[in-house]
Amino acid sequence: MTTTTIAGQAVDRNDEGFFEHPEQWTEDVAVEIAKEEGIDELTPEHWQVIHFMRKEYVEKGTGPTVRVLGKTSGVSVKELYQLFPKGPAKVAAKIAGIPKPRGCI
Amino acid sequence: MAKRIVILGGGTGGTLTANRLSKHYGDDVEVTVVDRDDDHVYQPGLLFVPFGLADPDDIVRPRQRQLKKGVAFHRAGIDHVDIDGDEVHLVDGTVLPYDLLVVATGARLLPDETEGLTGPGWGEKVFTFYDLAGATALHDALERFEGGRVVVNVVDLPIKCPVAPLEFSFLADWYFHDRGLRDRVELTYVTPLDGAFTKPTASRTLGGMLDEKGVELVTEFNTGEVDGEGGRLVSYDEREVPFDLAVVIPLHGGAEYVDRSPGLGDELGFVPTDQHTLQSKVRPNIFAIGDATNVPASKAGSVTHFEGEVLLRNIIRFLDGEELDASYDGHANCFIETGFHKAMLIDFNYDTEPVGGHFPAGVGMPLLQDSRLNHLGKLMFQWVYWHVLLPGRDIPGIRPDMPTSGKELASH
Repeated sequence: MTTTTIAGQAVDRNDEGFFEHPEQWTEDVAVEIAKEEGIDELTPEHWQVIHFMRKEYVEKGTGPTVRVLGKTSGVSVKELYQLFPKGPAKVAAKIAGIPKPRGCI
Repeated sequence: MAKRIVILGGGTGGTLTANRLSKHYGDDVEVTVVDRDDDHVYQPGLLFVPFGLADPDDIVRPRQRQLKKGVAFHRAGIDHVDIDGDEVHLVDGTVLPYDLLVVATGARLLPDETEGLTGPGWGEKVFTFYDLAGATALHDALERFEGGRVVVNVVDLPIKCPVAPLEFSFLADWYFHDRGLRDRVELTYVTPLDGAFTKPTASRTLGGMLDEKGVELVTEFNTGEVDGEGGRLVSYDEREVPFDLAVVIPLHGGAEYVDRSPGLGDELGFVPTDQHTLQSKVRPNIFAIGDATNVPASKAGSVTHFEGEVLLRNIIRFLDGEELDASYDGHANCFIETGFHKAMLIDFNYDTEPVGGHFPAGVGMPLLQDSRLNHLGKLMFQWVYWHVLLPGRDIPGIRPDMPTSGKELASH
């Protein structure tokens, strides 16, 4: 685990870059992490996905997979890849400050 | 009046639950199993059909004959479940009221959800072995195959038996060796995961095994399109893998009627289920078992079998008004066929990943390494399935919770 200060906020993340404590997340933190992931500007569509992921996490205890995102977030899988080219579920989870989605069993 | 238990699905979970209930209660409860057909497929056998190692006829038996006397079998499709009215509505117009419902209708293949998968080339150079018709058609295609690029592609998880696509790759290596064609065949394993398997230690071992057998591994590939005509898989991030023959494991979802039953399933059609008690989170008098649930365990027969004991106990407790037993630990146990008459065994649960050692204790079958003994175990299991597991008997020495003795648990 590594602790870094991002946008004035101490953030604990695991080796893969996922949040250990989702309550450390703020929108300013998200903007900075998006830059780390090569996304310079978060559009309204990005925010729609990010807020959806956080809501799902709070309700279900895990972030959604890409497939579930495509079915339920209002953004299709194709568009999700345009928004988060390096992999919507993982990258959006990192930016949304939630642990790695548990979809893979 | 005797309590009415309706079980949807006459596969592994439904059959073993019906038989255990019948044994426990005799005539004191009415148990009805519903299924739309009378073909009970021994699904682990599907892996062997494409290679001519199993005859399709040998792995299918009538569903009703696997049920004990006293269990009613109703053959009809399910239209929907009314979870507020405690009723199941069948396609033939019958309405079955229940005091307790068990959902055991497994998972459904959804090849149509992937662009192009069932388009041109489907059944000619694009196949799946996850159902009997597909496995049989693939057998013919493999027999005709004289060389080229073969890809095995998992579109996305969850899938039934997550090790089966790896086993298919190992057996394909053996099969082409056996036919003297191996040097003319390029084998590629294409997965959305970041490694060969979901669990780290087993992923390293299985990845190493792909490498040894000369199977190329392509990871983090999220299939967006299968272009049968052009012979290529295309990922959402626009990578391509060319093929002459593609073996694709399609997306899975729950049974169709779940989508038609308001409140019963999640967005993929699986029933939200407590992972330790197997009671649904939908209604207290609805339970679920096996592939039909959303619990974070493999969709596999061994999981269903181990869940069966906890489910029986909890149905009894629920009907007696007692507190449920939260003891299912996610135990799964899978033989992994590795080709050349060998197999590997993995044993794990929600909290413990598959590691080395022996099963079920210090002396036994080797874990996470291939051996002839494990291969014999896998072959013998078909007999155990029909004669011990489905009738609801216990397998001597095998308990539902995961054994820790014999495992190298310090190694990870």
